[in-house]
Amino acid sequence: MMLSVKIASVAVFLAIVFIAVPVLIAASGRTDLYYTLTSVALLSIASAGVWLTFYIGRINIGQGAYALMGGYVSAILVMNHGWSFWPTLPVAGLFCAAASVLIGLPILRLRGVYFAMVTLTLTEVARLLALALPITNGAKGIVSIPLPGALSVFGLTIIPDFATLQNPRLAFYLLAVTLMVVCFAVMYRLVHSRIGKLCQSLQQNEELASSIGVNIAYLRVIAYAVSSFFGGVAGAIFAAISQSIYPSSFTVTDSVNFMLNCFLGGLGYVFGPMLGTLVLYFGWDLLFQTGEFQLLIYSGLMIVLMLVLPNGLLSLALPSRKS
Amino acid sequence: MADMLEVSGLTKRFGGLVAVNNVSFSVREKEILSVIGPNGAGKSTLFKLIASFLRPTSGEVRLKGERISNLAPHIAARKGVVRTFQETTIFKNMSVRDNVIIAHHLRSKASLVGFFLGTGTAKADEAAFGQSADEILALLGLASLAGETAHNLPHGHLRALGIAIGLATNPSILLLDEPFAGMNHDETMRMVAMVRRLRDLGLTILLVEHDMPAVMKISDRIVVLNFGQKIAEGTPPEIQANEKVIEAYLGSEDEAIGL
Repeated sequence: MMLSVKIASVAVFLAIVFIAVPVLIAASGRTDLYYTLTSVALLSIASAGVWLTFYIGRINIGQGAYALMGGYVSAILVMNHGWSFWPTLPVAGLFCAAASVLIGLPILRLRGVYFAMVTLTLTEVARLLALALPITNGAKGIVSIPLPGALSVFGLTIIPDFATLQNPRLAFYLLAVTLMVVCFAVMYRLVHSRIGKLCQSLQQNEELASSIGVNIAYLRVIAYAVSSFFGGVAGAIFAAISQSIYPSSFTVTDSVNFMLNCFLGGLGYVFGPMLGTLVLYFGWDLLFQTGEFQLLIYSGLMIVLMLVLPNGLLSLALPSRKS
Repeated sequence: MADMLEVSGLTKRFGGLVAVNNVSFSVREKEILSVIGPNGAGKSTLFKLIASFLRPTSGEVRLKGERISNLAPHIAARKGVVRTFQETTIFKNMSVRDNVIIAHHLRSKASLVGFFLGTGTAKADEAAFGQSADEILALLGLASLAGETAHNLPHGHLRALGIAIGLATNPSILLLDEPFAGMNHDETMRMVAMVRRLRDLGLTILLVEHDMPAVMKISDRIVVLNFGQKIAEGTPPEIQANEKVIEAYLGSEDEAIGL
C-alpha cells in the first residue's frame, strides 16, 4: 500500500470513530449505542492481545483471566486504597503483565492444543480465585466503584471528572476508542518492525529460530506479557464503566470470544481482531430476535465462515499479506 | 592450522542406550570435516550435541577453547556454532529474502525496544541486513528467487536456503545435517561445489552425511562412527583403505550374503 493511501485510510478511520459516530448518535438519539461501541472497543483491545499470542504460534483462550485480574486490580486500588482511576489503568496492565510472566514462563513451553487447554483453565482459575480470596469480596464482588475523577497534569485538567459530565457515556466511548487506537497503533508498529518478523519466526519454526540465535523463551514471554497487558487494561476500564466487578464479569465464554474475534477478523492482519469484535458483537445482538435458535445459528455461521474464509474476513478486502 | 572446534570424551546415554560413547576429535580452521557411519551409529546425536540441541552425559565441546556444551541452542549460535537441519527446515511463509534477513538477528546491535521505536541503529541494522542477505542469496544462486515465498521453492533450492540462513548468522563453524539427503546426482554435485566454495571463502564446516561418494569428494578429513564410537579418522584415501571402516560398512553384509 502506498504511504498516502495509508495516511488517508487512518485519517478516515479516525474521523469516523471520533467525529462521525458521536454526531450520528447525537442525531439519532440512540445513546445506548455508546455502551455497545465502547464494549466493542474494549473487547477489541483484549482481542488484540490474544491476536499477538496467535502471532507467536500459541492459541490463547485465557485472556478472560487477565481482563478479570485487571478489573479487580483497578477496583481494589480505587476502593480500598483511595487511588484515582487513572493511575490504576497502567498499574492494572502492568500487574497482569507481571502475572503473565510468572504464568507464562512454565506454560509457554507447551505448544498447540496443550497450551490452549492450559490457558482455557486459567480463566476458570481466575474466577475461582476471585470467589475465594478475601480481598476480592467473593461472589458479592466489588460494587459502587466511583466514576473516574479528573486527570490533571501540572495543574492542567486534561480529562474532566466523569461524574460532573452531562454525558459520561460519550466520555467512556472516547476513552475506550482512544485506547483502542493507541493499542492498535502499538500492535501495527510491533508487527511491522523486526519484532514482528521475530514473532513470525517463532510461529513458523521455533527450532530453527533458536538455531539462528533467537532467544525464543524470552520473546514468547515478552509477547505474552504485552498480550496480558492489553487484557488487564481492557478489564480495568470495564470495571470503571459498569462501576462493579464480579467473579463472573469475565468467564470462559469471554475468553473463547476473544479468540473467535481474532479468527473471524483474520490472524494474518493486525486489524483483524478489531473487525472481528465488531462483527461478532453486533452479529450476536442481531440474532437476538431468533430467540432460542440464537446460539445455533451463531455457531453454524461461525463454522461456515471458518470453512469458507479460513484467513478471516479481512482476506476478502485485502490481498494476502506479502511479508 | 589451529583447531576451531574440539570434541573431547563426548558421551550421551539415553537410558540404557549409549548413543555416543567417548568420542573425541577436532575440526581445524577452514576445513571440511565429515562425520559418517552406518545407520544408528550415533551421527545425529553427535550432531545435536555439538549444536547444543542436546546436553552431553559427559565430555565437552569447545569452540576456540571456550566450552559451549550445556548451553542453550541460541547461546551456542551466538558463540558461533550454527546448524542447518536435515529436513527442509525454513520459515515457510516468509519470502526467501526475509528468511535470510531474519537470520541476521544475531548481528543486530539494536534492542527490541530500538526496533520498536525505529531508532537510527535499528534502521542501520535493517539496511545492513538487507544488503548482506542479497549478497548471500547471490552467492548461493538464489538471487532470482528472493521475493518468492519459501514454501514454493523446489527441494534443492530449499536446502540452499537452509544454508543461506546458516550463513547469515556469520558462524565460526557451520554444521550441515545431511546436506545431500534426497538429492539426485546433479543436485549433489552442485551442492558439493557450493560447500567447497564456502570453505574457500574461509568457513569451517562440519557435516554429517550418508552419501559416500559425495563425502569422499568433499571432505578434507573424515571421522567414522560405529555403534556410538569413533573407529577411524583421516583423509578420504586413508578412510577408504581402513579395515575397520570396510568391516563396519560391508563386513556384516558380506557375511550375511555368504561371502
